[in-house]
Amino acid sequence: MSRYSALEVLKGGLTGQKHWQRAWRDPEPKQEYDAIIIGGGGHGLATAYYLAKLHGMSRIAVCEKGYLGGGNVGRNTTIVRSNYMLEDNAHFYEHGMKLWEELSQDINFNVMFSQRGIINLAHSDAQMDAFARRGNAMRLNGIDAELLTRDQVKEHLPMLDYSGKARFPVYGGLQQPRGGTARHDAVAWGYARAADMLGVDILQNCEVTGFDIHDGKVQGIQTTRGAIKSGKVGIAVAGNTSRVCALAGLNRLPIESHKLQAMVSEPLKPFIDTVCTFGAGHFYVSQSDKGGLVFGGDLDGYNSYAQRGNLPMVAHVLQCGMALMPAIGRIRLLRHWAGVMDMSMDGSPIISTTPVKGLYLNGGWCYGGFKATPASGWCFAHTVAQDRPHRLNEAFTLDRFERGYLIDEKGVGPIPALH
Amino acid sequence: MATQSNRLPGGGEIDRGKPLTFRFDDKTYTGFQGDTLASALLANNVKLVGRSFKYHRPRGVFSAGPEEPNALVHLRSGDRQEPNTRATMIELYDGLIAESQNRGKSLRNDPQRINNLFKAFLPAGFYYKTFMGPFRNTRLWMFIEGFIRKSAGMGAASGLPDPDHYDQMSRHCEILVIGGGPAGLMAAKSAAANGARVILVDDRADPGGQLRYEQYEIDGKKGLDWINETVAGLEAMDNVFILRRTTAFGYYDHNFIGCVERVCDHLPEPEGNKPRQRVWNLQAGHVVLATGSHEQPMVFGNNDLPGIMLAGAVRTYVNQYGVVPGKRAVVFTSCDDAYRTAIALHDAGTTVVALVDTRKLDSSYAQQLLDRKIRIINDSAIVSAQGNADGVTSVEVHSLSGGGAQRLDCDLVAMSNGWAPALHLFSQSGGKTAWDADRNIFVPGDSKQAECSVGAANGNFSLKTCLEEGSAAGAMAASSTGFNTAVQAVPAVSEIHESAYEPLWECPDPAKGHPKKFVDHQDDVAVSDIQLAYREGYISVEHLKRYTTLGMGTDQGKTSNVPGLAIMAEARGCSIPEAGHTTFRPPYTPVSMGALGGAETGEHYMPIRRTAIDSWHEEQGCKWIDAGIWRRPRYYPQSGETIRDAFIRETGMTRGSVGMCDVTTLGKIDLQGPDTAEFLERIYINHWMKLPVGKARYGMMLREDGIAYDDGVTSRMSENHFVMTTTTANAVKVMANLEFYLQVIWPELRVQVTSVTEQWSAIAVAGPNSRKVIQKIVDIDVSNEAFPFMGASGCVAAGIPGCRLFRISFSGELAFEINVPCDYARYVCEKIYEAGREFDIVPYGTETLGNMRIEKGHVAGPELDGRTTADDLGLGMMMSKKKEFVGKRLAYRDSMTGENRKKFVGFVPADGKTPLKAGAQIVVNENAAPPVEMIGHVTSTGYCVEHDHPIGLGLIRGGLDAWKDRVVYMSYPLRNIIVPMKVVSPVFVDPEGERLHG
Ligand SMILES: Cc1cc2nc3c(=O)[nH]c(=O)nc-3n(C[C@H](O)[C@H](O)[C@H](O)COP(=O)(O)OP(=O)(O)OC[C@H]3O[C@@H](n4cnc5c(N)ncnc54)[C@H](O)[C@@H]3O)c2cc1C
Repeated sequence: MSRYSALEVLKGGLTGQKHWQRAWRDPEPKQEYDAIIIGGGGHGLATAYYLAKLHGMSRIAVCEKGYLGGGNVGRNTTIVRSNYMLEDNAHFYEHGMKLWEELSQDINFNVMFSQRGIINLAHSDAQMDAFARRGNAMRLNGIDAELLTRDQVKEHLPMLDYSGKARFPVYGGLQQPRGGTARHDAVAWGYARAADMLGVDILQNCEVTGFDIHDGKVQGIQTTRGAIKSGKVGIAVAGNTSRVCALAGLNRLPIESHKLQAMVSEPLKPFIDTVCTFGAGHFYVSQSDKGGLVFGGDLDGYNSYAQRGNLPMVAHVLQCGMALMPAIGRIRLLRHWAGVMDMSMDGSPIISTTPVKGLYLNGGWCYGGFKATPASGWCFAHTVAQDRPHRLNEAFTLDRFERGYLIDEKGVGPIPALH
Repeated sequence: MATQSNRLPGGGEIDRGKPLTFRFDDKTYTGFQGDTLASALLANNVKLVGRSFKYHRPRGVFSAGPEEPNALVHLRSGDRQEPNTRATMIELYDGLIAESQNRGKSLRNDPQRINNLFKAFLPAGFYYKTFMGPFRNTRLWMFIEGFIRKSAGMGAASGLPDPDHYDQMSRHCEILVIGGGPAGLMAAKSAAANGARVILVDDRADPGGQLRYEQYEIDGKKGLDWINETVAGLEAMDNVFILRRTTAFGYYDHNFIGCVERVCDHLPEPEGNKPRQRVWNLQAGHVVLATGSHEQPMVFGNNDLPGIMLAGAVRTYVNQYGVVPGKRAVVFTSCDDAYRTAIALHDAGTTVVALVDTRKLDSSYAQQLLDRKIRIINDSAIVSAQGNADGVTSVEVHSLSGGGAQRLDCDLVAMSNGWAPALHLFSQSGGKTAWDADRNIFVPGDSKQAECSVGAANGNFSLKTCLEEGSAAGAMAASSTGFNTAVQAVPAVSEIHESAYEPLWECPDPAKGHPKKFVDHQDDVAVSDIQLAYREGYISVEHLKRYTTLGMGTDQGKTSNVPGLAIMAEARGCSIPEAGHTTFRPPYTPVSMGALGGAETGEHYMPIRRTAIDSWHEEQGCKWIDAGIWRRPRYYPQSGETIRDAFIRETGMTRGSVGMCDVTTLGKIDLQGPDTAEFLERIYINHWMKLPVGKARYGMMLREDGIAYDDGVTSRMSENHFVMTTTTANAVKVMANLEFYLQVIWPELRVQVTSVTEQWSAIAVAGPNSRKVIQKIVDIDVSNEAFPFMGASGCVAAGIPGCRLFRISFSGELAFEINVPCDYARYVCEKIYEAGREFDIVPYGTETLGNMRIEKGHVAGPELDGRTTADDLGLGMMMSKKKEFVGKRLAYRDSMTGENRKKFVGFVPADGKTPLKAGAQIVVNENAAPPVEMIGHVTSTGYCVEHDHPIGLGLIRGGLDAWKDRVVYMSYPLRNIIVPMKVVSPVFVDPEGERLHG
């Protein structure tokens, strides 16, 4: 298979780009694997890749019920950051940030990680203090952070409303310069291709319908493409976590499923050069390389597994958007859609062993799991391979809710929809 | 000024008596009332109107409707500039200004057209394979990205605030008919016959759909006359509401349809106070989708040249606008429909060089063409076109059974590969599309919501069926919503039966050269890109779309999705339905963000909440601050004072004599009923059963997970009547919580809760002289004996009956809080101020309020950050061991107790002068390199006026027990600040609480 490089593309230009082969194979499921990862989203594919690359495992399968990357990894608003305050989060996401910075070269697929920075806007002194607390913690943890004044914000974001009409004037903001965006599909495809090159079987249209568990130990799974044996099964199905875990008898997870919408505008010439979040409402925005403004807001009003959203939330997000940036009034919304979010009780993820031996869980990503993809795959691979967490995901256990070791970055408590 | 060289002398729906002048790029043109920008440009023989996304290939008008991928312009200028506006949907007005986009200085000499030369090197997804660079960082990519971003994008936004305003309306109806073509009109007519409320939505200035450009007769009349009569009939009915220039853009759960009405877009500027656009939130018992269909193009080499258009669009320009878009036309089709274009063109005086039909069969219209001496070339296809930025000049035609190639000179190609029903709204409603193998189209499958599709949207293209289906659906919808009506008789129509359509998804390549065959004209996705995607395994339609960007343009693939997936199916060797269809996502056509935001933006975004004493504060010259959505006085500067001067003065005056503060914004909840004390017992961590009437008590609530949630004072006004206060920030949430517990968890408790925050104004009067002031105001004895600390009583205040007085204190001083029905609040406030004048009473704002609570070590928002327990905050003693309360069960989990938690303490700078900063972290080592261990953080800071030094509050691991009087460092690396400070008790003034009780 050809390595991806500019030279190969140029060569292809002379031969009608005919030399490219499949980015990943379409294999038949084998009878048995050393490890099976359920879910061909970003996390599942990354896990398979790191298992094969770092843990010397070769017989690995990823089971995906539809087409790979069809879940949240291909629906999100692509923001990547490690601007966390709480220790456990900070170290985990910063590890991820470092993986992001080398990801394109590592998997030989340009995931277009653009470190254009992210600015959280503050609209009151109290908010500035809260941001300072987080920013100071970031700095002390060795993560980049800048506390911007209003004037500095204006330099980065000239299109915001700085007139006297702004209902919640901008006071300043917390910036993480190394944060940014990446091309979400490329992350799924790139990990898939890299994993496939290491021999991982990616089984699309292969829905997991049951587990074979004996004496508290997993033996294999049932799928729409037949039974497959394995003593190690990792679940990484994001919005479907509760449903898949129920198949394994894990019935009451600290997770609720909600839908979150994303929106994109018509393509425009460069309009906004960084990622920006509104601090007085539900709106955040960045611009894709294709030119669309990509934005989103809060969860829809009721739980659902439907991957589509409703209009009231779109209207709400745009009330916020127009309040912050009245310059978007004449720009048009091109598409909006939704993904199902696995909202956890404290807003932080679970990368953990489970009460079933050989069964591992990766979930509870809320709306922040895209940025976690590399770190999550990396830590989950470690957990699956070694049957115990890595130091970086030690805190993200399934039983922390029982024990009260919450990692509540937002401080809103055990109401999943609020995180 | 250019003349309208392509305009017919007569005919069409335009008003030749009303010429309009407009500009496109740097030229001025004329058109007529009734034109669109596209028809007016075509009338002036303007062929080149834009550039494509990637290769910057020349683009001309392609369609006559919302499906337009090519003719996108900047409409208007300055702060009204609207990028990516489809010329086919812009109603021409006098003085219109439009500019081409996605180009350099000039459209013709766009420097980026060079991309076209390199197109072999820029296949779909080339960027995934390149620009990574050898080094393990993002630098090379970000350098390249800068260029990619500049060349990507289509139009440009002005970056200026939108000067227009928008509106939102909601309306219910029994039957919503979407689309005002023959099927929709017939449906509306029959649905409305028996009184059901019917809304008809149509995206054009006037309903009529295809009948505005087709030449049918209905009931022996011109089609248009029938339309006008029918519309007039509907308009005369009270139960029918017609929304014109309105696009139904989204079909959501519960038969909720989002529509946008372009109220003033056909005018240079919105007139009067009208909004520019208005979103309609419609909810219907039943929806009739009469959304029509979109003509599909042919895919052949260079099929994207200007002058190559959809055949139906060409017919529209001729019949509706009196414009012939070319002098020599070739019609290329796989269905009968385009024959009518040949006829229309011929009858309008254009030379129709030939009609190329991919089918072998004789069309039902063949004779009519032969009568006009138009050559029909059967079993053949155009394989490539030749031309330049000024348009197509010739086409090469091949026989599909081998042999015969010929070149035909032309300046217009009208093509049709059949019509695809507009399934967008149906699919958004949750319905699955089905493949109709007989007709070779996707049609609506089973309904998921109360809706039905009729006419072309249902795959039935004949006028007669459209009318029949419309009538039947209207009647059915009316009955299903309880308004039985008989099916309306359908008028007779002139129409001939059309022969079968046999799509040709991709034309063969010419013998020499393989010019790109474009599928998605806006994004330059060619057949070769689809084949590349296939080779690389991006074979699922969703992968295809994402990898090649097929159908991702502003037209959302209305003319490219079906051919694209058919070509992929061909490559995979599977059937079209096996390949499947991508999901249709709303909106159907792009909708302005302004309209979606509606009116609740700018100053109207979460409108300011004001207390009843707002105007008084203003008169006192206060500076305001937002507290959530309230505005509160922050401080009352005297001349020349800074905020710091002001709060130090206000604090000093209050602690020295007396101050007053508007505390109305605190949440106030009235609780009544025999079980109220019991309810409070369960809600708060401390005891309430024995609270005597006439007494107030401080309470703390936990969240269910045992974390501190909210605090405030609750008073017992009578046996079964309590008044609760909450923090300003949590007022709404606590109220909702109480409702939840009463309705869901403990419905047996006899308690009513009512939010009375708005009904009562509250004024705190604090300071050693506060009693003297209050005694002048109220009718009750407020001596320490008669009204001790934590007293609560009804009173008459300044002659106003029904007020309440509490002896509570946030500042730590002797203090009272008076509650007044808000209509009298300003009056009572003035009286208090007057009464206090002899003691130099000062009004104080949130800055002083906050400073005094910090001096006194009371917790507030920064300490109640959702991660602290009552014990952390020094309130652990309040937690009753004897009773159950919300949060208790989880409050004692392992991690929630113990010495290692961060506990509430006070700080003073070691040097006694350096100010402390909230948001700082606390470290033990001054010079450690990251990662540095953080043992706590500073939550709030202020200035202790009595002791004349800065102070701070915060949380530190182990609390006072571990750190009392030890020095730690306040670390604020964001500003390069590190300050040694001493850990002290958080109570800085009156630690024994003597003043409160005095
Ligand atoms: C609108 C939106 C915006 C977001 N924005 C951001 C953002 O800006 N930044 C950020 O960091 N995160 C964001 N997120 C969150 C992020 O997308 C997710 O947390 C993350 O993608 C989840 O991990 P994943 O990629 O593995 O999930 P997915 O891509 O959802 O993968 C799970 C896969 O499991 C498969 N599956 C489910 N059940 C089965 C079964 N029984 N058998 C086999 N396979 C199964 C699914 O088909 C799916 O492909 C956003 C999410 C949404 C919806």
